[in-house]
Amino acid sequence: MSNKLRLGVFKFASCDGCQLSLLNAEDELLALAEKLEIAHFLEASSIIGAGPFDVSLVEGSISTEADLQRIKDVRRLSKTLITIGACATSGGIQALRNGASYEEFVRAVYPSPEFIHSLETATPISQHVPVDFELRGCPVNTKQLVQILVDHLHGRRIRVPNHSVCRDCKLSGTVCVTVARGLPCLGPVTQAGCGAICPEFTRGCYGCYGPAHQSNPSSLMAWLSGHQHPVEQLVPLLQNFNAAAPAFSNAAKELQEGARR
Amino acid sequence: MSTSRTIRVEALTRVEGEGALNVRLSGDQIEAVELNIYEPPRFFEAFLRGRPLEDAPDITARICGICPVAYQMSSVHALERALGVEITPEIRQLRRLLYCGEWIESHALHMHLLHAPDFLGFASGIEMGQHFPEELKRGLKLKKIGNQLLEILGGRSVHPINVCVGGFYRPPKRDALLDLLPSLEWGIAAAADATRWVSEFDFPEFEADYDFVSLTHPDEYPFNEGDMLSSRTGVFPVAEYEKTIQEYQVPHSTALQAEKVATKSSCHFGPLARVNLNREKLQPIAKKLADECHFPTLCQNPFRAIVARGIELTHAFEEAAALVKAYRPVKSVRQSYELRAGEGAAATEAPRGTLFHRYHVDDEGKIVSALISAPTSQNQRQIEVDLESFLPGYLSLDNATIAHHCERLIRSYDPCISCATHFLRLTIERNDVS
Repeated sequence: MSNKLRLGVFKFASCDGCQLSLLNAEDELLALAEKLEIAHFLEASSIIGAGPFDVSLVEGSISTEADLQRIKDVRRLSKTLITIGACATSGGIQALRNGASYEEFVRAVYPSPEFIHSLETATPISQHVPVDFELRGCPVNTKQLVQILVDHLHGRRIRVPNHSVCRDCKLSGTVCVTVARGLPCLGPVTQAGCGAICPEFTRGCYGCYGPAHQSNPSSLMAWLSGHQHPVEQLVPLLQNFNAAAPAFSNAAKELQEGARR
Repeated sequence: MSTSRTIRVEALTRVEGEGALNVRLSGDQIEAVELNIYEPPRFFEAFLRGRPLEDAPDITARICGICPVAYQMSSVHALERALGVEITPEIRQLRRLLYCGEWIESHALHMHLLHAPDFLGFASGIEMGQHFPEELKRGLKLKKIGNQLLEILGGRSVHPINVCVGGFYRPPKRDALLDLLPSLEWGIAAAADATRWVSEFDFPEFEADYDFVSLTHPDEYPFNEGDMLSSRTGVFPVAEYEKTIQEYQVPHSTALQAEKVATKSSCHFGPLARVNLNREKLQPIAKKLADECHFPTLCQNPFRAIVARGIELTHAFEEAAALVKAYRPVKSVRQSYELRAGEGAAATEAPRGTLFHRYHVDDEGKIVSALISAPTSQNQRQIEVDLESFLPGYLSLDNATIAHHCERLIRSYDPCISCATHFLRLTIERNDVS
């Protein structure tokens, strides 16, 4: 047996983009494979290893009864469990069904709803099992993903910066799209990690890395709605890939309630 | 007397997404072949309703991390039709360039990491790399160039952020594209070498009389525009897509299947269909390469899709290099539009086949309804039909070997089960009557 660490990659309800981010580490992939044994990674290998795993990467949210059981098995078999991406860390875009009429959603997509077996909600992994580290992003950043694996291999504490996208714009000299163009932007309340690409491409941040540490989305919303941005524009901005992250969902709720008053 | 035998393969691997295959046999009779996609449903078409139409390219991209550009392209074209937006030639060229990036990334990934290991007897691309290090490194380099192109044009490779209804938020930087030109030119030759390499593989003897379907365009290899073409029934307009090819639901899958309305028959979408139907429109080197590899005029062997993918990979590099050379930045690559109620449909060619979208929007710019037909759900019925005629030749073999061959056939379609709704688990039930 090799003394490599055994890696497991698992998928729940998701788009595959975060696992692909690992395969997108074209320059590091072969070096990583020298140090990690890919024991379970259905998208990349036909070897389906049983546990235990030294480190597991989990993509996707929990949205079926079967997955609810499967994540418990994955947790039991994994020494370190890292969730990757917005689906796994906050529920993802599919969490938009939480709070909507589930029955009606199924009927809208499937002509025979009775064949569909799914939970009424899509929820983050941490709601069901203890998680050792959450890597944010829709999708995760390949560099951050490689970095946390390397840190883990060397026994270092895994961490990524938790400041806001707004600060990255200042560091890179990107002109503020809210100040200069009047665009609504979630940069002040969204966690960095993407490289502040949206403002660089002259559009507002849409929050795909979720709420930044100690951010106050409600305050930003109050400011934006006081500056000609209608609630109908701001609510969808909060309700996308991290709609179910508490800081975003609370701010959306306050906006909606404020609009009704 | 009857004996029953069950063959179970825990998961179909090296595909994008998760599902299962159930085969029921009674003696040598195949009773049923069911591709069972149990990828959890995510209800995109339901939660798009009521959202601002400009959210569609970003949200539908999240259906698939492998081919987000396809979703962005089909959605913006459909919505532009609903709004009556005409895009400029510059926008059109940049969209083709963006699509080249996705085809390069997706085709290089599938050829080298997912499909080639089948022909060489390895469990993964990484394992294959221990025996074919140069080929794997070349493949990874090709893939990386596709991702770099996506980053320059789209901001990032998975779920690019620069596509909007009307064009792009910001034109790409010419310097960045020109810096990539030497890599793109290297890629043309390297992709052609990779294609020659895979064209020498041993292909299982299997052919089927397919109804190939793809977009077709009088002047160019199909990406974003054109009419639909069926090898059996000829041309039909994209606007009549659902009248010609309709999705229906089967109990064993969370992905809808598709068939021709008139004949209730399956269709074959993807690289094999596109090369067969549009070979004359390939870029010169790719076209010459197809001849050099003796790619049949009408190739009906699904396993040879890997060669078609190589030909298209070469084409995408050639076209990308030409587009980059011709690129002159303009101030804006974004058309403005007035909101109006309307309806619009579009089909574009995702790496693994035709992706159709239709939207109804209201006069406030909100989506009233959305319909999305993904390539893998469209190919799903064809895969079942293929397996029904492929299996009889293999029934004398042991269960594990049969399962392995079925998986290979399924994999040749580059199915993206995330798209179709993901885990392919293979079960073969045998009820041997004797």
